[in-house]
Amino acid sequence: MGTFPRHRLAAVALAATGVLLVTSGCGGGDEAAGDGKITLTVDVFGQFGYEQLYQQYMDANPNIKIVERGTGGNLDEYSPKLTQWLAAGKGAGDVVAIEEGLMVEYKANPDNFVNLLDHGAADLKGNFLEWKWNQGLTADGQKLIGLGTDVGGMAMCYRTDLFEKAGLPTDREQVSALWPTWEDYIATGEKFKAANTGASFLDAATNTFNTIVLQTAGNAQGYHYYDTSDNLVVDTNPAVKQAWDITMNIVNAGLSGKYGSWSEEWVSAFKQAKFATIACPAWMTGVIEGNAGPEAKGKWDIARVPGNGGNWGGSHLAVPQQSKHQDEAVKLVKFLTSAEGHIGAFKAKGPLPSSPQALDDPAITEATNAYFSDAPVGKIFGEGAKTLKPVYMGPKNQAVRTEVENAVRTVELGQRSPDQGWQDAINNAKKAAAK
Amino acid sequence: MALQLDARPPARPAPRDSRPSRAGRLSRIDAKYSPYLYIAPFFVIFAIFGAWPLAYTFWVSLHDWDLLGSNPTFVGADNYTRLLADSDFWHSVVNTLGIFVISTLPQLLAALWLANLLNRQLRMRTGWRMAVLVPNVTSTAAVAIVFGVLFGREFGMVNWLLDLIGVDGIEWKSNRFASWVAISTMVDWRWTGYNALIFLAAMQAIPRDLYEAAAIDGANRARQFWTITVPLLKPTIIFCVIISTIGGLQLFTEPRLFHSGTNAIRGGPLRESQTMTMYMFENAFAPYYNFGYGSAVAWLLFALIAIVAAINVLIIRRLGAGARPDTGKRKGGSR
Repeated sequence: MGTFPRHRLAAVALAATGVLLVTSGCGGGDEAAGDGKITLTVDVFGQFGYEQLYQQYMDANPNIKIVERGTGGNLDEYSPKLTQWLAAGKGAGDVVAIEEGLMVEYKANPDNFVNLLDHGAADLKGNFLEWKWNQGLTADGQKLIGLGTDVGGMAMCYRTDLFEKAGLPTDREQVSALWPTWEDYIATGEKFKAANTGASFLDAATNTFNTIVLQTAGNAQGYHYYDTSDNLVVDTNPAVKQAWDITMNIVNAGLSGKYGSWSEEWVSAFKQAKFATIACPAWMTGVIEGNAGPEAKGKWDIARVPGNGGNWGGSHLAVPQQSKHQDEAVKLVKFLTSAEGHIGAFKAKGPLPSSPQALDDPAITEATNAYFSDAPVGKIFGEGAKTLKPVYMGPKNQAVRTEVENAVRTVELGQRSPDQGWQDAINNAKKAAAK
Repeated sequence: MALQLDARPPARPAPRDSRPSRAGRLSRIDAKYSPYLYIAPFFVIFAIFGAWPLAYTFWVSLHDWDLLGSNPTFVGADNYTRLLADSDFWHSVVNTLGIFVISTLPQLLAALWLANLLNRQLRMRTGWRMAVLVPNVTSTAAVAIVFGVLFGREFGMVNWLLDLIGVDGIEWKSNRFASWVAISTMVDWRWTGYNALIFLAAMQAIPRDLYEAAAIDGANRARQFWTITVPLLKPTIIFCVIISTIGGLQLFTEPRLFHSGTNAIRGGPLRESQTMTMYMFENAFAPYYNFGYGSAVAWLLFALIAIVAAINVLIIRRLGAGARPDTGKRKGGSR
């Protein structure tokens, strides 16, 4: 082989390496649309119900193009992705959704986000329930990370066909009257179980536990795993133990179908009508509709939640500091979190507004949901929303909650006795909080 | 990122008669350094995507590093000492090794057997050989999700079949050993054919006359297989074992997607099938976001793979040593 071709080969190889380096170094740049429009990317999870609002916004602002990522996704998969994007300084959308349980962790590093107070958001304070507004605010009150979207007012969703089969009433008023307390709920469950419908009374004890603990904590001191000084109080807070004991009664009565929440099996169980009730924060209605599918339309209905009130979930919209179109993104956030935005989202997928003006709007108060046998969802969920007692969430809330719910799961599956499970919950929660 | 190496070829081959000394020098330089240039792309890319992340991970592992935080503090070996005392970590090590053993052993034996079958005179030989590779070209995620459904507690087909023959359903996802078996099935389904093809290629390189001579000496097929085929495949077997070790100890996608729903990264309520890579992810990312601790897990995983690979090589060497035929001599006698 002569000298020349060998050199040429080396040159080609080097050139190829160079190209690789260049492309790897410059990937993920600004994806400007060819027509001079500004593209805003919105990252969400679950069902926010923004599609029509985007269209409306794009019609009013012809220079903006909105792309959404993540609808239908699981929060468990969304939040690590968002964290990685923030840590890498690249990849996050111009607008990102932050769930309340994770807000604390993101708030601890507020520099990752645009301070909305610098963009005139202070005037909007009256548009939100006070605690919802405060959730988006850093501890020193100097920075506003996010504006509120929804709150998770609580109800109990149930399948009328299974209730009928079990000889229970199906009318939502009568069903609500069956369970003023969780003890009554368990008693109803035992009746349901005795009727041998082939279905379980509820989906999984984990979701129910979370519902109960947010309720007991909200009705007591207003905190569950952490007290308001950020001390871990899992083992000493009576609200947590009370919720645990109620959940154990549900498990011991054999009412749970043990379908691990958000798993494939859980989704299959929806499809095959394998359980009759599910604890139902407002945003869950969209999830039920998505999982149970159109063939179950009219077979679901909504009753009051046992116990009293409670709030589970709800999110904020934030603008990451890394966004290249911060001004435009903030404007979009303001639009989506306006009363109009809240009402539009509610109509589309059911998340309950955190804006008092929206909650009073006839569009909400008179809203019904055809999928849930025309239940007056606006009335059911909206009623308690303004008097909701929020629960304080501490720094490692998500990790601690995971451990406690996991302990519930081990008892439900028969891997641990209730006492062992409670010990696990405490030990693992402490370990998680220390990490 | 400009590369400093000068790869420009001389404008044209220098005419020999006019400038002999220059051409000679160039040719010497060429002969001396060009080989390094040819292999440079690999090493440059390896340095960027392999060595640098490795070093950086080690640096991170010496810090208390909150993924979102801006000021990591140097803590020395603190993460490592905590990790060595972390029962959940050792639990994940046992899971990883357990899944590795019950997936790799049957997998390599099955691959050897399969390769032996494919090495015979079969109808549609190429078709069969292609067919064993099909599982390998399907997406891991798809395989994991399908198997996750097959092994479902209530709606899974495996439990349904067990029920048909009167066996009680098994908690595939919350029984430690059962989940190991289920995940190993997934791994084997995907990789047996791949290893079989590698074995097959090596088998075909074994000279036919060895078998002929053995047959004349009265050795039956099984004897031929164990005393000729297997010893001569030793380098290939070592290769397959090392590759399987690396893959097996880094197992992530299969166990992660086998579990679905809330907190799947735990690999079951009691971490029944959480592998080391899953534990690394759980700590470095959701829900702990402790990047330093996660990096320490990564480094211990690296150490474990090196140790296990070394043990593997030793065992295979020892096994082969007794039965090694004198290949050199026989080759000399072949055509």
